[in-house]
Amino acid sequence: MAAPSTSLPDSLGRFGRFGGRYVPETLMRALVELESAYLSLKDDPSFQNELQAYLRDYVGRPTRLYFARRLTEHCGGARLFLKREDMNHTGAHKINNTIGQALLTVRMGKRRVIAETGAGQHGVATATACALFGLECVVYMGAEDVRRQRLNVFNMQNLGATVVPVHSGSRTLRDAINEALRDWMASVETTHYILGSVVGPHPFPMIVRDFQSVIGRETIEQSRQQLGRLPDVVVACVGGGSNAAGMFYPFIEHEEVRLVGVEAGGLGPEPGKHAATLCHGRPGVLHGTFTYVMQDEDGQTLPVHSASAGLDYPGVGPEHAYWKETGRVEYTCVTDREALEAFALCARLEGILPALESSHALAYAFRLARSLPRDHVIVVCLSGRGDKDTAEVARLTGMKVPE
Amino acid sequence: MSDNRLEATFRRLKAAQQAAFIPFVTAGDPDLDATAALLRACARRGADVIEVGFPYSDPIADGPVIQSSYTRALARGLRVDEVFDAVANVSRDGLDVPLVAMVSYSIVYRRGPERFARQAASAGFSALIVPDLPVEECDELLHVAQQHRLRIVQLVTPLTDDARLERILQKAGGFVYFVSVAGTTGERERVPQYLKSRVLDLKRRTSLPICVGFGVSRPEQAEQIAAFADGVICGSAIVRRIAQSASLPAEQLAQRVGDYIEEMAAAVRRARRG
Repeated sequence: MAAPSTSLPDSLGRFGRFGGRYVPETLMRALVELESAYLSLKDDPSFQNELQAYLRDYVGRPTRLYFARRLTEHCGGARLFLKREDMNHTGAHKINNTIGQALLTVRMGKRRVIAETGAGQHGVATATACALFGLECVVYMGAEDVRRQRLNVFNMQNLGATVVPVHSGSRTLRDAINEALRDWMASVETTHYILGSVVGPHPFPMIVRDFQSVIGRETIEQSRQQLGRLPDVVVACVGGGSNAAGMFYPFIEHEEVRLVGVEAGGLGPEPGKHAATLCHGRPGVLHGTFTYVMQDEDGQTLPVHSASAGLDYPGVGPEHAYWKETGRVEYTCVTDREALEAFALCARLEGILPALESSHALAYAFRLARSLPRDHVIVVCLSGRGDKDTAEVARLTGMKVPE
Repeated sequence: MSDNRLEATFRRLKAAQQAAFIPFVTAGDPDLDATAALLRACARRGADVIEVGFPYSDPIADGPVIQSSYTRALARGLRVDEVFDAVANVSRDGLDVPLVAMVSYSIVYRRGPERFARQAASAGFSALIVPDLPVEECDELLHVAQQHRLRIVQLVTPLTDDARLERILQKAGGFVYFVSVAGTTGERERVPQYLKSRVLDLKRRTSLPICVGFGVSRPEQAEQIAAFADGVICGSAIVRRIAQSASLPAEQLAQRVGDYIEEMAAAVRRARRG
């Protein structure tokens, strides 16, 4: 397989054979418009300067590259560094993208934003950016997720967003995406859809990757400053894959750096028990893109499971599918249990509560660190903080949370 | 191109200066016996073409009424092969009207375009509408569809610009499905003003029949549209009626929904075509 290109997607939105646009004609104009607006702003210095200023002064970037001394000693192998995306305003990497796309919305002259959210992190990050720029914000959220994530629903409302519970289908993230796409078909002339991950039809996988790539660019610069070289291994969790795409993309051309994406192995490899699309799925079409998916023999989407709501998605970004097929990135998975153990270890040894999503990356990094020599360096993308997961961790570990 | 029942139907209607009435039914809602009875009832009571929807778990082009029908059918374990079998049975008993499959590309891809086209043709379908397969991505399916004498119906919307329209019309077959309003399927109150001029404009650009769908639910709307379009497609209003009568035995269900089909078909026939 040829080395992967970093100049993708092509004009049809393809990363190798993955990606593209599998959407109704009703959406094509919106996608074409968005693509051309984005491509014209991408290299516009005034847009980039404005974005950089917000990332610095509002989001709090650059986030730190932190040497986790006690975790390193505990594992007794390679040195572990954490890229602290949990230190961003709103507590996760999601805001890198929502600030970028909200600025894009303003530049396109649109005043209304819609978004989908699963656990609520992207919804909160979108509501935040919309509050900042005075944009009307409607967030679609599966009715089941609304029930499970009441705190985030409340937060979005406090930020001025309208949260619309979605009662169709499985009443989770994928239905929220379906509903947001439907809204957009009817509202495209006034509305921008801020998709939260590197999924969906072109140009979304490209736009979200580009806005998240600040993670990888900073990591490269910080590694050079703090270590005098690039890390040996970079690890990130993969649901839809936005933090991983942002972390990996700037490293793709540095072939000496090993890149590992960690999916949600859930309860095990049986269908319905996990959300490890690249590990156990196969190519197919979902939500407007050709990528790895979890589908049955008829092409119907299969249920997925993860303790981490942010990884609980039956598809994955098409560029990840491309990186998998070219062999540039390795994809593996860890179970709910391993992620919970990593959560506890990171909390106790470093005083950092990691998001359950990020705990998947940590779990694999701990395993890997033990097998590597002490002069090796592993960077883990700590994509978000774990306060939001308190109730879920308590439920899974049988602890009681005070009301 | 070899002849196709769909094309023959539109030729006959054109000669009679009539528009086609095209009802939509979801396969397997409430069950396949009902679907078979509904197909026969549609044909008997004035449908000129029938669209059969293949239930899909994540439909993005459809509104809540049709999505719910898909969810119900899939919840009972409906499989694609069963849809083909049921339609093949109805076709074998003799059905006077051509059938068009409405199916997501997720389903077509998983099965393989060649195998899907072969099964569709052998079940008696004359054409496929794959709403999430835009013109840029449709070459492979077009190629295999041609080998099975299946037409691929393309969608055009009020927002489709001229350059895209050219590309779409080059690849369109059977008829052009004009989506009358931006958005998803579902019933609307009024016939939009721009509709007539857009349809007439399309007619100048292609010799294919122009059929209008998305939002048609009342006989007056159907009659107005049939005055200038070559066909009127009606989906959500029918699927909603099927859902309301879902507890009836298949024949009674088909009888009741058939009353509505007849009313709509009569409205289409009444239209005065200039």
